Amino acid sequence: MNHYETVFILTPVLSDAQMKEAVEKFKTVITESGASIVNEENWGLRKLAYPIQKKTTGFYTLIEFDGEAPVVKKLETAFRRDEKVIRFLTFNLNKFAAEYAVKRRSLKKAAKEEKPAEEAQTETNE
Amino acid sequence: MAQTQSEIRYLTPLSVDTQKKKYCRFKRSGIKYIDYKDPEFLKKFLNEQGKILPRRITGTSLKFQRRVAKAVKRARHLALLPYVTDLMK
Repeated sequence: MNHYETVFILTPVLSDAQMKEAVEKFKTVITESGASIVNEENWGLRKLAYPIQKKTTGFYTLIEFDGEAPVVKKLETAFRRDEKVIRFLTFNLNKFAAEYAVKRRSLKKAAKEEKPAEEAQTETNE
Repeated sequence: MAQTQSEIRYLTPLSVDTQKKKYCRFKRSGIKYIDYKDPEFLKKFLNEQGKILPRRITGTSLKFQRRVAKAVKRARHLALLPYVTDLMK
């Protein structure tokens, strides 16, 4: 039962509804194959550092989930089949990464609750 | 006739660049995991062209330099960091 986190980028040409439906599709791929989603964030439309498939912006989504290894294979084939996804990266969290992810989530939640103007995500964790 | 050192007068004292003791910032601040999703932090390890700085400049230890390199390459894959650019900072 290891922890994974996957980040994928959707093409910006989609309408909002299609984007939501695409994200839902991948979440169902994860949940129906026995994994449990721990956290889900979408960073929204972001400017890419270099154009991918002639597009300069992309819709980023992060999903953290716990599951068995075959889940990742199924998820990645789903990514490869779907042409809305232009880039994806799945990452196996070791214990330091998992501990950092928990810390980051609490930080994001704290930032969301306070509703500061600019969300400062500090990296140094003593 | 070798000119003796003392005859040369300098306006300012000749300062051999004192070697500032370099330290690995990860060991010192106890960071265990370098997040590839945070481009702002990773930019500290890239030069203007977006290339990874060598250890002799940043002074990080070998173990963390490898993790920084892996994180930077993952960030580049996800287009959070550019492969090559000019005047990125």
